[in-house]
Amino acid sequence: MEIKDELIDHIAHLARLSFKGEDKAGIKNDMNNIIDFMGKLNEINTDNVEPLVFMSDQINVLREDVPKQTITHEEALKNAPKKDSDYFRIPKVLDKTID
Amino acid sequence: MVSEEVKATYEAVIGLEVHAQMLTKTKAYSSDANEYGARPNTNISAITLGHPGTLPKMNKKTIEYAIKLGLALNCEIAENQHFDRKNYYYPDLPKGYQITQDKTPICANGFIDLKMEDGTVKHVGITRIHMEEDTGKSIHDVDVYDSLVDLNRAGTPLLEIVTEPDMRSGDEAYVYLTEIRQLVRYLEICDGNMEEGNLRCDANVSVRKKGSKEFGRRVEVKNMNSMRNVQRAINFEIDRHIEAIENGEEIAQETRSFDAVNLRTISMRTKEDANDYRFFPEPDLQPLHVSQDQIDAIRAEMPVLPKALFEKYTKELKLSEYDANNIISTKPFAEYFEELIKYTKNYKSASNWMNGEVRSYLNQRGATIEEFPIQPGKLAELIELIDNGLVSNSVAGQKLFPVLLEQPNESPKKIAEELNLIQDSDEDSISAVIKEVIKQHPAEAERYKNGEKQLVGFFMGQVMKASGGKADPKSANKLMRQLLEEN
Repeated sequence: MEIKDELIDHIAHLARLSFKGEDKAGIKNDMNNIIDFMGKLNEINTDNVEPLVFMSDQINVLREDVPKQTITHEEALKNAPKKDSDYFRIPKVLDKTID
Repeated sequence: MVSEEVKATYEAVIGLEVHAQMLTKTKAYSSDANEYGARPNTNISAITLGHPGTLPKMNKKTIEYAIKLGLALNCEIAENQHFDRKNYYYPDLPKGYQITQDKTPICANGFIDLKMEDGTVKHVGITRIHMEEDTGKSIHDVDVYDSLVDLNRAGTPLLEIVTEPDMRSGDEAYVYLTEIRQLVRYLEICDGNMEEGNLRCDANVSVRKKGSKEFGRRVEVKNMNSMRNVQRAINFEIDRHIEAIENGEEIAQETRSFDAVNLRTISMRTKEDANDYRFFPEPDLQPLHVSQDQIDAIRAEMPVLPKALFEKYTKELKLSEYDANNIISTKPFAEYFEELIKYTKNYKSASNWMNGEVRSYLNQRGATIEEFPIQPGKLAELIELIDNGLVSNSVAGQKLFPVLLEQPNESPKKIAEELNLIQDSDEDSISAVIKEVIKQHPAEAERYKNGEKQLVGFFMGQVMKASGGKADPKSANKLMRQLLEEN
């Protein structure tokens, strides 16, 4: 698989990043290297190997339904670049078509 | 405009996606409180805010609620499950991904049989129910330059219920939603209120020529904040599609929004590139294993569901379908009735009181049955007074019931005695009253004898008046006819 400019544009859009000129060439090169490296792994025969999704074999790590206040309202807003006394403030967004 | 004849050659294909907010005390993957109406950004935690290095932990209760709903909708419960990440950037989704179940929904392959108004049964397949989390809330219309974000709702546990494309009209979708709402309320897992947004519905709609096996171009409709609006939006879409097809126009595959003011749908003008969610297994939550024992334990805890109550009331208690539906309308109402019939075997009368006097008392006050002052045992005593012929039905409703509401701990019989409401079914005393009435109205008595039999009504009125409403109408009526003939 070869990473082309269109794919860089698409992935950059999904990540809300933008690459131009040299940066774009650089990231394209990096990503191609990563894909090549991953391609090495495909050389190994995994026909009879179950996919390993979780690193531990623990199951049902659950929590009781008991409320806890771990941080305050002020702490929650503390690191926000823009806020008022109640809300996080962000540049206006209107398009919402996500499920 | 397309004629009704042409419309009739098409059929709609509708599938619904319902999101139900769970009534858990805490969020899906963190311990901050799950409650509506708190000050913005107070029900939050480092996990909800998506701070780096924080790890989610699954709420036990959500799993239990999901299994309850799955069992109620005849689903298979998945033994092994894991969570997946659905990646997208939006300011009210702080982590940049939603934790959901893409590959292994907790429930699948269920169904619900809808009882339609014309008595037919509509079978709707439930494709899947999966657990996921809600987003925060963005407010766009308060400030000119900024959107405001409140993350209290972020991480609220949701169940998404997806149907097969089995429905064929807005009416069927409406009935589906009423039954889902009734179910989640009976199970006490969700408030089931579309206006408040704790039950939400998106509709997938397409149309095709009747008999066709192919599906038409599908449109998704969002932002319908009531069950009626879902019905309206679907009916609007069906007409819009048929008209477009008849005019040779192409239907765009798109997401549309319901405009509740103009009762139409409008395109949400989505970007050309489809959303690319890049699902992958959520590594921060360990897989789930649900055992048969666990499922059995949850099944044993489930309340009797409205469908089973309906069967019992119509088949065993011989109530009409109309009465049975009214009784099961809400769980507390049905529970009151269940209590009531422990004290009286006159089911028909019990149902009439519940759907009559009790219901109108509640409606007048905008109250719920939990606020109704009279205990089921006392209401049963009142019914018994009528059954034993001690008070007439109308006296019980008009005179006794209002006093009992004021003095709900008093015995209905004692109240009836104190108010002198016990009716007279003693034939001698009723006969005396009737004879007196006939004596006072000789002309009417004569006309009765000459064939004006409807005058019995007039005499009954006089007798009830003379007896202060206490004469047992049944015996009075019988004796009246007899004495008028003999006169």
